[in-house]
Amino acid sequence: MSEERTVTLKIKRQDGPESAPYEETFTIPYRQNMNVISALMEIRRNPVNAKGEKTSPVVWEMGCLEEVCGACSMVINGKPRQSCTALVDKLEQPIRLEPMTTFPVVRDLAVDRSRMFDALKKVKAWIPIDGTYDLGPGPRMPENKRQWAYELSKCMTCGVCLEACPNVNSRSEFIGPAAVSQVRLFNAHPTGSMNKEERLEGLMDEGGLANCGNSQNCVQSCPKGIPLTTSIAAMNRATSLQTFKNFFGSDH
Amino acid sequence: MAASRDFVSRKLHSLLGVIPLGLYVTQHLTVNYFATRGPEDFNAAAHFMESLPYRYLLEIFVIFLPLLFHAIYGVFIAFQSKNNVSTYGYLRNWMFYLQRISGVIVLIFVTWHVWQTRIQAAMGAEVNYQMMADILSNPGMMIFYIVGVVGTVFHFANGLWSFFVSWGLTVTPKSQRAMTYVTMIIFLALSFVGIRALFAFV
Repeated sequence: MSEERTVTLKIKRQDGPESAPYEETFTIPYRQNMNVISALMEIRRNPVNAKGEKTSPVVWEMGCLEEVCGACSMVINGKPRQSCTALVDKLEQPIRLEPMTTFPVVRDLAVDRSRMFDALKKVKAWIPIDGTYDLGPGPRMPENKRQWAYELSKCMTCGVCLEACPNVNSRSEFIGPAAVSQVRLFNAHPTGSMNKEERLEGLMDEGGLANCGNSQNCVQSCPKGIPLTTSIAAMNRATSLQTFKNFFGSDH
Repeated sequence: MAASRDFVSRKLHSLLGVIPLGLYVTQHLTVNYFATRGPEDFNAAAHFMESLPYRYLLEIFVIFLPLLFHAIYGVFIAFQSKNNVSTYGYLRNWMFYLQRISGVIVLIFVTWHVWQTRIQAAMGAEVNYQMMADILSNPGMMIFYIVGVVGTVFHFANGLWSFFVSWGLTVTPKSQRAMTYVTMIIFLALSFVGIRALFAFV
């Protein structure tokens, strides 16, 4: 093991939501099995840039460190992904780190993903089970349905699909692929399906599902391999049928 | 709660692109193809279309109103997207990008084409084989028409693919892939029909 081995990171930094972004380079000592987060922790421990100047530590968000919480998403060497599973040994150097561009920057690599959570509220991505008395157990879910629904439940609201989508941007109100897939998930649930129309109405609202342009970047980019474009097409079918039901009437 | 204007406009935009506009484009190219059988056959076919009953109603409701909505709303959609094929160079993302580029090409081409033929006809010119032969004798115009026709046919074929997804007809990746092949065969076939007809005028 060479003692002088180093890792170089070029980080797009921003001091606050309104301030101008700038680039700062860091050279840190290499350790075995580093990921981008441990590299960022090294910078935090010793916030000195490549020119030897003392600087502020780089800000980023993290949670689970095992790619299930979605908090540490950032653009690494041009592609959005989680920094916890971005292994330094597998990355081309210098490693370029940027905040995701679809979301407002809070500081440095930390972004505000509120729009995703607002989207989940808009489409009512939950199952209401509260009542004034015990409703007892709900209907059973068929095993084959549970299996594909489980794949949809892996969504961690990480924002990668929104970052990759050409139709999610400041010029459009599109809620993005994640929330669409969550409607499919909750509508597939036997208890959740009792409120399926409400979720479909959310998808048919301004900025809803119809804003999808089928570039299908989302399904290519999703770190959890969620079949997002299948969900989108399935919800296209469901909302198309719902439109006819709403207009012509239906008891089903 | 009724569906939002957003939802209805998008769905209508997708539908109108296929019915009637896609069907009209196919019919138009088929009539053009009569030119490969000679000037008389083309003039007879064009005259038949011209002499359809309640022609103005057909033109307004099958062509101009759907075209106007599809074009204006289409430009709005095209400029809403932030294209990113350099980062995400996947096939469908390229198709998404090309759909927007071809849409703008079609808009320019069709505007010019309507001016050069339909509006001239309204001002007294006769639309026949000779008119097109005169236009296409200019090599620049020939190139413009080839680009316009291929752009239009691509926009229709790829738009048909999106139509199948947007209305929820093709849901599985398998069916969507099959439609990619089907629509690209439609693109190639109609391009052949369109280009061969163009060269029949020179």
